[in-house]
Amino acid sequence: MNAQTLIFYFFATILLFAAARVVTARNPVHSALFLVLAFFTAAALWIMLQAEFLAIVLVLVYVGAVMVLFLFVVMMLDINYDTLREGFWDNLPFALLVAVLMAAEMAVVVAGRNFWANGSGVSPVIHGPEYSNIKELGRLIYTEYVYPFEIASVILLVAIVAAIALTLRRRKDTKYQDSAQQIAVRRNDRLRIIPVAADNKLRQKHEAVEQTEKQS
Amino acid sequence: MMKSLNAFFKSLLLIELLQGMAVTGRYLFARKITVQYPEERTPMSPRFRGLHALRRYPNGEERCIACKLCEAVCPAMAIQIDMEERADGTRRTTRYDIDLTKCIFCGFCEESCPVDSIVETRIFDYHGEKRGDLYYTKQMLLAVGDKHEEQIAKDRAADAKYR
Amino acid sequence: MEFFQSLLGPAWPVVWTLVKIIAIVGPLLLAVAYVTYAERKVIGYMQVRIGPNRVGPLGLLQPIADGVKLMMKEIIIPSGANKKLFLLGPVLAMAPALAAWAVVPFSPELVLANIDASLLYIMAITSMGVYGIVLAGWASNSKYPFLGAMRSAAQIVSYEIAMGFALVGVLMAAQSLNLVEIVNAQKGSSFFSWYWLPLFPMFLVYLISSVAEINRAPFDVAEGESEIVGFHAEYSGMAFAVFFLAEYANMILVATLTALMFLGGWLPPFDVAPFTWIPGFFWLIAKICFVLFLFLWFRATFPRYRYDQIMRLGWKVFIPVTLVWLLFVGAMMQTPLGYLFH
Repeated sequence: MNAQTLIFYFFATILLFAAARVVTARNPVHSALFLVLAFFTAAALWIMLQAEFLAIVLVLVYVGAVMVLFLFVVMMLDINYDTLREGFWDNLPFALLVAVLMAAEMAVVVAGRNFWANGSGVSPVIHGPEYSNIKELGRLIYTEYVYPFEIASVILLVAIVAAIALTLRRRKDTKYQDSAQQIAVRRNDRLRIIPVAADNKLRQKHEAVEQTEKQS
Repeated sequence: MMKSLNAFFKSLLLIELLQGMAVTGRYLFARKITVQYPEERTPMSPRFRGLHALRRYPNGEERCIACKLCEAVCPAMAIQIDMEERADGTRRTTRYDIDLTKCIFCGFCEESCPVDSIVETRIFDYHGEKRGDLYYTKQMLLAVGDKHEEQIAKDRAADAKYR
Repeated sequence: MEFFQSLLGPAWPVVWTLVKIIAIVGPLLLAVAYVTYAERKVIGYMQVRIGPNRVGPLGLLQPIADGVKLMMKEIIIPSGANKKLFLLGPVLAMAPALAAWAVVPFSPELVLANIDASLLYIMAITSMGVYGIVLAGWASNSKYPFLGAMRSAAQIVSYEIAMGFALVGVLMAAQSLNLVEIVNAQKGSSFFSWYWLPLFPMFLVYLISSVAEINRAPFDVAEGESEIVGFHAEYSGMAFAVFFLAEYANMILVATLTALMFLGGWLPPFDVAPFTWIPGFFWLIAKICFVLFLFLWFRATFPRYRYDQIMRLGWKVFIPVTLVWLLFVGAMMQTPLGYLFH
């Protein structure tokens, strides 16, 4: 067993522990944080597989953005832990059934090929330090897989537009501020300086005094 | 149209922000107006209302006649006075306490005093290490008056023509 | 050195890396302390005051006095707070602020880990800084810190996008994600070849959104001392000090990144004799100080943004501006004028 395997098992243990805690932790905020830990250790494992681009993007997108929003929502919830645990034993058989099914499906699909370290799959090529994972990925995405890539991005775009269109509704009776309009306001739109009669009288008086002073 | 376009470019090119930064940038080099307090002090009015003092006449007799006008006028009820008649028939205080934690330094006691006995001095940098230290008794007030009588008399004289 | 190498054997690389880490983190923390001093002095001067001048000559020992004071203070944990997460908050705020320095180059050779994707690495690591703030706000079990945390989370996630797009412009121009290569790509005869000029809108967007990203004035609504005090309202003593250190370490980090990506890093402003005599490291320091001074200048000048206007600025102004400029740069690179953008 060399150092690399040791590090692998170290991260793998953390990953499994964190993943288990995601579903067993009572406090949903703790669950979300364990999920963050799981993502992070998964990224570490990917780096060990020389997939540094995917690893960093996993941290950037999932840890840096998606999980923050998750946490954001979970923290705002007011959860009653007792009602949450109600009916646990009633639903357990079904849950177990589904879990076993999913595990079995995954085993059938994955085990045939790459489940074990050097089962039947080809062991990955060890690249030298000159090899740039990002460049290779970019090359593949924009040459060999350009159509699937573009189609996937268009589908995602449509999904975003659809999601916004479905949820966006403007109620007529709500009052809201429009920052753009507020910023666009100039002083002269709101402020009008009116010459006041009293001021005029005062000014005339002053002018009259000055006049007499000048003459004398 | 022209106006909104103008405003748009003005905000896009951050012109107003740069103008603001120019102002603060100029003040970076302006002469500083900080007063280095313990070494330097700002000028002070003879009417300054700081720590209280009880005064005496030049012959050593205390001025206060225990009329209790100050006690009555004090809006914070910080003054406590007890009096008795002396053997020679004069009214004098046996107790004259000011609770400085209550006092709001309005100066009404000074205004109300018919004999210029209770005054507020220029002293503002005094302290107490516990609450009781700021409860000034007659002896303490008289001691303050004795110590700073010269300054107090000068301040009263400077302000006399406006009273 | 060979003596130590033989003494430690296989543990040598670990020890040597640790030594290098300390060599970066130590001066960094000292710099952090003196950025707080510089901030107080500069803002004081702009407000016609003189700032700290009592502790040591010119007040130079002030940050040390502050540090000692904070260390002596009790760490108060509010009743009803989630104790573990409450203490984890400052750690999670500090760790990314320091971890990002692993790939920051100080000169072509002087870098702890010269990895290929260093720009991506920095973006990924700095995006984790928000956890410290969010956790601190939530674990305090108090309204105002929670409000501050929510504001900060939304703000940081939004501005990360604008910042990311600005950096995409840089990597398009440099055609590399490696910070050393990005700086070397800016090499030219004078400071006009640095990326601040061809990518000027992105430079501005990056500068402004990095101010928002580190929660500093005028985008400091997460702290907003006059209205909600902020995510660290319940913290005291060293726990608070760690947040403070993290904020300033982040400030130095974004200033360094701005210097590296837009201001030519360690390149001298003119590639002629008197300027090339000075080692590149000092040019980099000078540029970092310049950007830091800008941050302090902003704070002394601008009033705090209203929260909805911050979000509007991020989503409706910066992201469109960067997207348009990305298209423009991409299109220009295909024309004969493309050399301007390399």
